[in-house]
Amino acid sequence: MTSSPSPTRTLVRGARLLGGAPTDLLLADGIVVEVGSLSVTGAHDVVDADGLVALPGLVDLHVHLREPGREDAETVASGSAAAAAGGFTAVLAMANTDPVTDTAEAAERVLDLGRAVGLVDVQPVGAVTKGLEGHELAELGLMARSRARVRVFSDDGHCVANARVMRRALEYVKAFGGVVTQHAQDPTLAGREACCHEGEVSGRLGLPGWPGVAEESIVARDVMLARHTGSRVHVAHVSTAGTVEVLRWAKAAGVAVTAEVTPHHLMLTTDLLTGYDPVFKVNPPLRPQEDVDALRAALADGTIDAVATDHAPHARHDKEHAFVDAAFGMVGLETALSVVAEAMVRTGLLDWAGVARVMSQTPARIAGLAGHGGSLAVGEPATLTLVDPDRSVVVDAGASVSLSRNNPWHGRTLTGAVHSTWLRGRRTDPTPVPVPSEELL
Amino acid sequence: MSRHLLSSADLDRDEVDAILTTALSMHDVQRREVKKIPTLRGRTVINLFFEDSTRTRSSFEIAGKWMSADTINITGKGSSTSKGESLRDTVRTVAAMGVDALVVRHAASGACHQVAQWVDASVINAGDGTHEHPTQALLDAYTLRHHLGGDADALDGRHVVIVGDLTHSRVFRSNVITLTRLGARVTVVAPPTLMPSGVGPWSQAAGFGTSYDLDAVLGGRAGDVDALMMLRVQRERMSGGYFPTPREYTVGYGLTRSRMERLVQAQPDVAVLHPGPINRGLEITADAADSQQSRVLDQVSAGVAVRMAVLYHLLAGSDSQEASA
Repeated sequence: MTSSPSPTRTLVRGARLLGGAPTDLLLADGIVVEVGSLSVTGAHDVVDADGLVALPGLVDLHVHLREPGREDAETVASGSAAAAAGGFTAVLAMANTDPVTDTAEAAERVLDLGRAVGLVDVQPVGAVTKGLEGHELAELGLMARSRARVRVFSDDGHCVANARVMRRALEYVKAFGGVVTQHAQDPTLAGREACCHEGEVSGRLGLPGWPGVAEESIVARDVMLARHTGSRVHVAHVSTAGTVEVLRWAKAAGVAVTAEVTPHHLMLTTDLLTGYDPVFKVNPPLRPQEDVDALRAALADGTIDAVATDHAPHARHDKEHAFVDAAFGMVGLETALSVVAEAMVRTGLLDWAGVARVMSQTPARIAGLAGHGGSLAVGEPATLTLVDPDRSVVVDAGASVSLSRNNPWHGRTLTGAVHSTWLRGRRTDPTPVPVPSEELL
Repeated sequence: MSRHLLSSADLDRDEVDAILTTALSMHDVQRREVKKIPTLRGRTVINLFFEDSTRTRSSFEIAGKWMSADTINITGKGSSTSKGESLRDTVRTVAAMGVDALVVRHAASGACHQVAQWVDASVINAGDGTHEHPTQALLDAYTLRHHLGGDADALDGRHVVIVGDLTHSRVFRSNVITLTRLGARVTVVAPPTLMPSGVGPWSQAAGFGTSYDLDAVLGGRAGDVDALMMLRVQRERMSGGYFPTPREYTVGYGLTRSRMERLVQAQPDVAVLHPGPINRGLEITADAADSQQSRVLDQVSAGVAVRMAVLYHLLAGSDSQEASA
């Protein structure tokens, strides 16, 4: 690990702030103290950032760190390292651990685990319902009032399918400025076995279909509930063009709805499933190219607010089943920036300021995270990500610092890579340790 | 020919022809008093059936035994997952015993494709979920070819209608590939709820027709239907909201007595096929199932010969002794 012993002063020389003109940044005592053409003497550390883009530290609204319960797949420590390697300075850890994060004590435990590691700020997401079962509200208020100050609540992995429960959750979190993140999947339209976008590919392969309308109908319901209750709702991992249409209408109508899209839904399509490789099994499923195109356009025009990885590490044996039986999910923390660079920047849909918006500033605002998503102006936290926009990387799942290898990008060349990550003035990105290829999935 | 038979799409027309021609020889073996040839002596074939299937498993078992292979059955619904073991670990354990071929049946679509990536042995798909059942399609083609005169081009231009639960049918998916490959015109018929998703572009690319109206297909081309393949309606689907009642399904999509009479009147030599087991009275009446036009038992008989032929082509290879030696 390359973490340095917190130099009190670091000069970042020649970085393009939000992709603009090159400038120098002086970091001291965890904050940005000077910006401009600097000739600073006595800096403890100098970073040559010529050609690099400086972004506020990336914020991920949606990760699965698997601790407690499945520490063989990921821990808060390994997930934090993967996040820092991917340019993230804050992550929101979903509640579907074992035990579920549905009490104040459970939330504080996750917070403390993250603080002990110290590579990124790990902010727990609280469950909406007890045990993620969809019936009774979890102790939302106690989680909000705990040291963890939980503001984002989600049963992610499960949809809050019961409209009455969803309504009560939306109403209740208004008391403390919370937001409910919905995993939009109507279980009566896309049941437990649904594992492939319902369409031509699922028809040919004989895989149980997961129709787009199962997402769209829940999102439509939820925005109406949000309008009715005057609450904030956030839609996790939007995957269809139809959902984009609903969001566009809802935002035009003034509903307080935000939404996220994953890097993999911006790039990968359902055609990848023809080989039945479970690495491509994800929930919601990969969709056709027309959905990918709609998601990219929606992210560019702000209909979709943020990119979130839905980083879902799994032990190898949990993926080594028949496709229908294999676990859902793919890792994404370490490749997210590169995939967004490929899908959005290289295509001209977003500039680097736009990337800062969708991967840092807006997610920090949605989650109510203080100290993240700033502008890197003088006086702001020295929490930033340096990106080399021209560096091509062949993704090697074996070189990952995540404990899991379910990486859909393995072997792909992606252009645009994280150079380094800085949390309150301290460099946090780790040095990858190669893993022998036989340990790969 | 590829090392595996995972999908009907793995076989081009020449390879299908070769298997069906070999199956003819194997059918002769089947009629002998002593049904044993030494072709696969010393070879080991494991029938790895994660899903129950007396008919297909027995057919493969007999095929292997008649060719002198050591044939072993391993059954157990969901055995890999029920004990917590991954599918990869299960099949690699079995393959490590020194196996030449794994005949795999699994309730999950694509399982055989995955198994083939994990083992060195040849893998034969004996039915994977709702995906494919390539040897069923071969035996259906064999049955139809025999019925239509036996020539290699017997199916060219012939009209085969496949009716029933297409969404959940691996028989349909394999048959539509094999039959069109042999030159047949295929029309598939089902209520919209049992028509696979995305069938429109798929049918255009693969060259088969679709309809929701069985009577229009049968009546609109009077005398034009050479074979009618009725698919089994699984009982668990009946309460799944795919159709209101069994009675309504039969009225709309069953091979009823009146439809059978019209069919025979227009085309006396029409062949009626069914992969079995049959729900008499639901998708097909007893009269039709037992009619002169029914080729159901021929299908079962052809199953052994075709599976012998598949094992021969995958395991014996071109340098082996003559198939029917």
